[in-house]
Amino acid sequence: MAKRIESLKIIENRPLKKDYFILDLAGNGKIPEMKPGQFVEIKIDGSPDTFLRRPISIHDVNYGQNFFSLLIQIVGRGTETLSKIKRGETLNLIYPLGNSFSLPPKGSAVLLIGGGCGIAPLLFLGKYLKSNNFTPDVLLGFKNSERVIQLDDYRQIGKVFLTTEDGSQGEKGFVTEHSMLEATRYDNIYCCGPMPMLKEVAKYCRERNINCEVSLENLMACGIGACLCCVVDTVKGHLCTCTDGPVFNISDLKW
Amino acid sequence: MVNLGFDIGDLHFKNPVITASGTFGYGSEFDDFINVSDLGGIILKGTTIEPREGNPYPRMVETASGMLNSVGLQNKGIDYFEKIIYDKVKEYDTRVIININGNTIDDYVALAERVNRLEKIPAIELNISCPNVKMGGMVFGTNPDSARDVIRAVRAIYSKKLIVKLSPNVTNIVDFARISEEEGADAVSLINTLLGMAVDTRSMKPALSTITGGLSGPAIKPVALRMVWQVAKAVSVPVIGIGGIMNASDALEFILAGASAIQVGTASFIDPQISIKILEGIEKYLVSKGFLDIKEIIGYINRL
Repeated sequence: MAKRIESLKIIENRPLKKDYFILDLAGNGKIPEMKPGQFVEIKIDGSPDTFLRRPISIHDVNYGQNFFSLLIQIVGRGTETLSKIKRGETLNLIYPLGNSFSLPPKGSAVLLIGGGCGIAPLLFLGKYLKSNNFTPDVLLGFKNSERVIQLDDYRQIGKVFLTTEDGSQGEKGFVTEHSMLEATRYDNIYCCGPMPMLKEVAKYCRERNINCEVSLENLMACGIGACLCCVVDTVKGHLCTCTDGPVFNISDLKW
Repeated sequence: MVNLGFDIGDLHFKNPVITASGTFGYGSEFDDFINVSDLGGIILKGTTIEPREGNPYPRMVETASGMLNSVGLQNKGIDYFEKIIYDKVKEYDTRVIININGNTIDDYVALAERVNRLEKIPAIELNISCPNVKMGGMVFGTNPDSARDVIRAVRAIYSKKLIVKLSPNVTNIVDFARISEEEGADAVSLINTLLGMAVDTRSMKPALSTITGGLSGPAIKPVALRMVWQVAKAVSVPVIGIGGIMNASDALEFILAGASAIQVGTASFIDPQISIKILEGIEKYLVSKGFLDIKEIIGYINRL
């Protein structure tokens, strides 16, 4: 699948709670086929003190209406500049990049686990799984109720379970502490979120011999495998998160 | 029709835009975006005798108008290059140059001997300026005697074009350019990255696993330009300018200051088509200024 570099028009900039927002981008011609887990590299214009593109997961794709969506959290100057973009303006993207989550064997019990902005690729993945006759459960973790976002969207995929660190909504604690994990035995877990969460989920899966894929968000420059900056230590040596990932099976990871 | 070509000795390049080592992979990473064969040349990523894993993550951090990296020459070694990569890169209709690195003089010599046999690799870029490895690399490029020894040893056994890539992390880069020329280098390329560092105040740790790394991007352009200007006046071999070139205007600054050709590096991370855009921009500039040959403007500022 060829990578593209294109300027795409913003159809909508939808602010969510706190520092989250969603950008809807219209295809420049027909949008290319994208896979769950893939990402885009966005050039940020008008941000004088940032320099590199920003890698952002593909949150949702609507081939019928020829647009796709990115769920973004403001974490620094680049994403802050990005949050101010208006409908009708354009963004320069290199996409679609990276590998993708793999389909589980038929009939598998599937769980999606997302933390914070790491929930982003799981909507696209969940819809894809659903269209392939899986009925995934979804476990989402946030810092507090003020940051709980997009529950209704994820309810379209399957049953949604929730934790917040302070207990202000859903169960109190981290995702790996949710009682639902004791109730059901899953065959496949897909996970995206902050590194400490990924490590906890990986530990949980290893102890129970559950097949698990995680999506990493390592710092990267080029996104196309040229700079070798975003490497992760694997059983096959240093691999690029941008081209060999961002999705890795935990059995390949050294952490 | 404007003549954009330049020569290193009897090796002709169809235009002066070359992609810098370590920023362009082996070319194929860019096949979706440009016709790599339109470039004057590509310099393949730094290659060593043995495979290298490079430094631990994190090894990149964005800085004001630039980035620091400490990749540390991750590559699969010369055997893998010969068996797998060479067959692919030799299909490009451009000058394909390999950047070589060693821990010892023997490493450099052994690599140069291997590359000498590869028909479609007409030149070596001798990397004596990588700041991100403990042994070799910049150790050679920051000591005049070591630089002389390694260039001499490679020159003695390598018959094709030898380009020496110089480190800016020295008191006087001109000394190293002169040594390169005296020892038989056919060209010099400069600058490699500037040694720098960054601290992550959130984690209260160095931003890079190696603490220090190499600074690249537009932040270093004025420094690079000054060094290229100094070196171009001091040596008679071609000078290839590198350092923060983001557009045709930047490239032209280097050429006007004395560079015969330029390398595009970090800019390719942000725009994978930038090398071709720079080439087009250079041609357009020459046409608009009424020049027929790029050689007319090399070192133009020094004639004033």
